Amino acid sequence: MAEAETLSGGVEDVLETAARWRAQGRRVAIATVVETWGSSPRPVGSQLLVDENGEFLGSVSGGCIESAVIGEALEVIASGAPRLLDFGVSNEKAWELGLSCGGKVQVYVEALEP
Amino acid sequence: MRRDVFERLMAARADKRPVALVTDLPAGYQSLVFADEVDANGPAADVVAAARAALQSGISGIFERSDGTRAFLHVFNPPLRLFLVGAVHITQALAPMASMLGYGVTVIDPRRAFTTPARFSDVRVMERWPDAALADERLDARSAVVTLTHDPKLDDPALASALRSEAFYIGCLGSRRTHARRLERLRAAGFDDAALARLHGPVGLDIGARSPGEIATSILAQMTAILRRGAAP
Repeated sequence: MAEAETLSGGVEDVLETAARWRAQGRRVAIATVVETWGSSPRPVGSQLLVDENGEFLGSVSGGCIESAVIGEALEVIASGAPRLLDFGVSNEKAWELGLSCGGKVQVYVEALEP
Repeated sequence: MRRDVFERLMAARADKRPVALVTDLPAGYQSLVFADEVDANGPAADVVAAARAALQSGISGIFERSDGTRAFLHVFNPPLRLFLVGAVHITQALAPMASMLGYGVTVIDPRRAFTTPARFSDVRVMERWPDAALADERLDARSAVVTLTHDPKLDDPALASALRSEAFYIGCLGSRRTHARRLERLRAAGFDDAALARLHGPVGLDIGARSPGEIATSILAQMTAILRRGAAP
């Protein structure tokens, strides 16, 4: 199990931004890394915030699964139903994408009630 | 996430109150667990116990119950804070580097000549005596203190204040000889060996650091090891 930290200071806070976006009337989803296996670039608890237009903040990987998670997040915003996603990044694929992770992550994606 | 859960989560964080968000997977039912309080209709006792253990360790993760169901325990601890006593040259490197590691940084130095905006632009600066300032900041187990002035008039009261708190890391810049004398003074002031063992001096990991940036690196590496592992190499 990796460690999750709520960062302050120089790092932008995903939940604070989620609250702000929601207050602006935007519909948002939050993706959270809930489990990792092997070498995964982002620890458990890392979060990605997505709005209905696909604008995003934060990260759940070194970049290898972000676009897939954003696509799922848009569907979660539309349906309101959460999803649990499994990503296994093969070494070959990681190499193709210029990433070195080669690990596996499980990501929980949920809509924030408006 | 339900609106009420999100709003209470944000309120707890604003109050610097440790809280765990518990999510049943994959269904998504959510509730909050505090050290001393649980939501009505909150999770079962074994999940609450696991969530409280997670709050203690600061480690988020999956809890698998004996019946095979899973809950994600997401720990939101109060922010890490670092108090730097002495607005000196090393502080100019240490403050921004610590910010990047996620610490909320405060520089404390009553000497106005040292705390000029030209030297410290993007960091919170307090022109105050360190012991009074640290007492007002109510250091907790997510706080770290590093003294950097080399001046016992400033460093010693700060260390006394830090030793009376739950700060997870207390570091003191200075040579072995300086540190030995410092320990003598603090012992005379009534601190026992167990208390003094909490002081890291000479501060930082022994990596041959010379420049301010390198010394800041050695300090932050040691601080990270204490935070994450409870001990430095």
